[in-house]
Amino acid sequence: MNTIMKVLKYQARDAVRSRWLIAYAIFFALVTDGLLRFSGDPVKAQLSLVSVVLFVVPLIAIVFGTVYLYNAREFIELLLAQPVNRRQTYGGLYLGLTLPLVLECVVGLSVPFALHGADAAAWGTLIALLTAGIVLTCVFTAIATLIAVRCEDRLRGLGTAIAVWLLLTVVYDGFVLFVLAVLSDYPLEHATLVMMMANPIDIARVGLLLRFDGAAMMGYTGAVFLKFFGGTVGIAIIVAALTFWVSAPVALGVRVFQRKDF
Amino acid sequence: MNKAMIQITDLSKRFGALDVLSSVDLVVRSGRVIAIVGPNGAGKTTLIKSVLGLTRPDAGHILLDGVNVIGGDAYRSRIGYMPQIARFPENLTGAELIAMLKDLRGPGAQLDTELIDCFALEEALQKPLRVLSGGTRQKVNAAMAFLFSPELLILDEPTAGLDPLSSSILKDKILAERGAGKTVMVTSHIMNELEELAEDVAFMLEGRAAFVGTLDELKRITSQITLERAVATMMTRGWVKAAA
Repeated sequence: MNTIMKVLKYQARDAVRSRWLIAYAIFFALVTDGLLRFSGDPVKAQLSLVSVVLFVVPLIAIVFGTVYLYNAREFIELLLAQPVNRRQTYGGLYLGLTLPLVLECVVGLSVPFALHGADAAAWGTLIALLTAGIVLTCVFTAIATLIAVRCEDRLRGLGTAIAVWLLLTVVYDGFVLFVLAVLSDYPLEHATLVMMMANPIDIARVGLLLRFDGAAMMGYTGAVFLKFFGGTVGIAIIVAALTFWVSAPVALGVRVFQRKDF
Repeated sequence: MNKAMIQITDLSKRFGALDVLSSVDLVVRSGRVIAIVGPNGAGKTTLIKSVLGLTRPDAGHILLDGVNVIGGDAYRSRIGYMPQIARFPENLTGAELIAMLKDLRGPGAQLDTELIDCFALEEALQKPLRVLSGGTRQKVNAAMAFLFSPELLILDEPTAGLDPLSSSILKDKILAERGAGKTVMVTSHIMNELEELAEDVAFMLEGRAAFVGTLDELKRITSQITLERAVATMMTRGWVKAAA
């Protein structure tokens, strides 16, 4: 068992017992259950859950992640005073944060569906929703870990975390719409695709859009993407872009962590 | 004279515009207890953290038994570290934390549970760390540093937050380890305590090792009879020198 697994094992055990994470799972369970009861249709409930997942998962992952890691500062020092290498320790810290969040999200979303006895079709789309939740968690905890090792000052770190979330959730779509409106006389399809790749939440949104087919409510960028890549190529590009969004912050974080002074 | 366990030469570290360590030369002799003393901000903790590899020095060398340790990892299996602040993951129990250290260090080390027994920690180790008092956490912290019978103990303010009885137990343990041939680096603000424990002193001032030698030598050159007075004299002289 290498250091990644060892650190992961104990850190995940600590995080999964955190009251905040338990509250997070309960929140998802209540929202899902409520939507199932009121809509009476699993697919309609899932369409509403798309917005909840795209909005809440990144927020909780990045905010909980940064706060948790700032609180773990002395723990990290204790780890690094042992015969471990920093690269693997970083991997353990990242995964030890990510897996509990993933677990709570998956449990919170799927338990109500199981209780309400969803059919096979509903499970199919639920899996797409869960995948989006898992991937977004991985992306935003990667960013959170990077912020927590990069910024010494925890207030600044937390501010950065919230700013990143606001930027990617709210500001970015506004920016895209603005660009499209101003430059509406030009062919912008490719530019739109590039802009979409630059935002992991947009990528997840389009990924879900392709799965749920339809719903123009999911934004202009998504509509363009659907037109261009309905099939395998689209999925491949989505996977590549999301892989980049996880690996880039992790790679950057490892570099920072290896040189960091505690 | 005992051989050098740790040899630090020309060690420098700068944080922004501040020279936290500038060309520190220091030898820690094997089988002895060295007290690192000096005013706040003199670089004591940075020095300790450099030996542990927590801080990456800008220049200089740190040798452990003649082998460079900067950038290495494996050498830390020979060190037990007791940090100043005992803050641990609050939802883990002490027993889980200890299990983690065992996992990370791997088998091989002889386990020394004497402090767990003396501090009567068995029951406390089964509770989540968040419910333990600060003093109890500090006892867990101490027990973990000694647990793997390390050759070198690095103790940063070890008795801070401990009641007199626990503090005595810990000091007895440090002396017993010294008797068993272990090497100890210790910092403290309580000079009487260091006088009880240490044979050697490194006096840090403004990032420099202003004096490194035996306790008796320090007392002699300052013409004082206690460590506290001797250090006070050094500080006054140091400040005078710095101001001049």
